[in-house]
Amino acid sequence: MSARPGFWRQVYDSVFRHKFGDTPRNRMLQITSNVFLHLHPATVRRHGLRLRYTWGMGGLSFLMFLVTVVTGVVLMFYYRPTAATAYIDMKNLQHEIPFGMFQRNMHRWGAHAMVILVWLHMLRVFLSGSYKPPREFNWGVGVVLLTLTMLLSFTGYLLPWDQLARWAITVGTNMAAATPFLGHQGPGAQLTGVTERTDVRALLLGGPQVGDAALLRFYVLHCVFLPLIASTFMIVHFWRVRKDGGISGPPATDSDAAAGRSGGQS
Amino acid sequence: MTEEHAKNHLWGRRDWLTALGWTAIAGALLAGTAAFGRLLFRRAPIEPPTQFRAGRPADYAAGTVSDRFVKTWRVFIVHENSQLYAILGKCTHLGCTPRWYRRENKFKCPCHGSGFDTAGVNFEGPAPRPLERARVWLDDAGELWVDVGQRYARENWGQPGAHVRVSAARERA
Ligand code: HEM
Ligand code: FES
Repeated sequence: MSARPGFWRQVYDSVFRHKFGDTPRNRMLQITSNVFLHLHPATVRRHGLRLRYTWGMGGLSFLMFLVTVVTGVVLMFYYRPTAATAYIDMKNLQHEIPFGMFQRNMHRWGAHAMVILVWLHMLRVFLSGSYKPPREFNWGVGVVLLTLTMLLSFTGYLLPWDQLARWAITVGTNMAAATPFLGHQGPGAQLTGVTERTDVRALLLGGPQVGDAALLRFYVLHCVFLPLIASTFMIVHFWRVRKDGGISGPPATDSDAAAGRSGGQS
Repeated sequence: MTEEHAKNHLWGRRDWLTALGWTAIAGALLAGTAAFGRLLFRRAPIEPPTQFRAGRPADYAAGTVSDRFVKTWRVFIVHENSQLYAILGKCTHLGCTPRWYRRENKFKCPCHGSGFDTAGVNFEGPAPRPLERARVWLDDAGELWVDVGQRYARENWGQPGAHVRVSAARERA
């Protein structure tokens, strides 16, 4: 195509608003002018790169979330959330759908890994004291994210509709029936007046026991509701890391103070 | 709005409109949330039928536990001490279905190992109470009926619906 001489230049400039020469300015522009990269800080402190400090756990947790989102959407192409179809759909995914077994196992291992990594991430934040001011709020956001991860895992557990799934959710929701004030068998149930039909167990199951209604409820929670809420909280979480001054660092020492350095804790 | 006007009025027109706007938005969000909360509980709970016919008393030999209605109704029919009663297959720990082991002469829960004797009384594992019993009765034709919707905890096992006397059944038949 022998278009006007300036044509390809114009296409190029319409996409990229900066040059690519390896200068500090261009490197920053690559980050700040790209929607997919702009979550990254334009500059990173040296200690923030030390794997021994962060363990890379938050980032790996997020990676596992992305893995479950992608493979989960793939599974949704074949999985139907009814008591009559759920189990057979899982079996067909494994034995009849090309790469179905692979996708299902990626989803399952990714989910297990996410649960483990999120706990380790929290442990790291605790051990390095990174919950201290000004990061208390982000610790709180993290607690919500941990809860959401556990809920994602719990709701996903029912979906294969095998014996393990059904009895595990039977046991789990009966434990919910013993929640203080919210469960009909819990302490304070008289005070709040919740009954077998109006307590938190009934809310989860949508019926008297684990059946079609519960499966549909868990499916919607698992595939739409919880991932959306979790994504929202992750956006806040990552944004807050930047606003709180980037990844925390070791506290200032006496020699730092003597030398007029501020240390890493900001 | 002039300086003077603002001085004489604590709340100007704009302040009122702003407050009204935000109140409307907050109200709509609250109403929507409340409506969704209510939506999650049906008006009429869907509950499967609870009564079924369990055959003739003579189908249950003395001293036996039958699990033929466990798959369909989650009920064990027990014939013991010239009584017939229906034990609900729902563990009093966290609700799994125990199994009947004839050789060991006990019900055993697969989830966390609770054990119950032929009367349904717990003797091992985490279950805090004996298994409940469902209402049983004989109709005019002498057939045994069970209603899993009516349940008897141990305190009420003496009540009429908690068991039927088998000798009485023979007399009628
Ligand atoms: C957008 C995100 C997600 C979507 C669309 C999704 C979708 C699904 C679907 C359709 C299933 C049923 C098929 C199956 O059982 O494998 C499933 C199962 C499951 N999900 Fe997810 N999921 C998502 C995220 C997660 C996350 C974050 C976790 C846990 C941290 C998780 C944990 C599980 C578990 C444990 C199962 C059971 C897997 C199995 O037995 O094979 N999921 N998910
Ligand atoms: S549910 Fe039966 S022992 Fe826990």
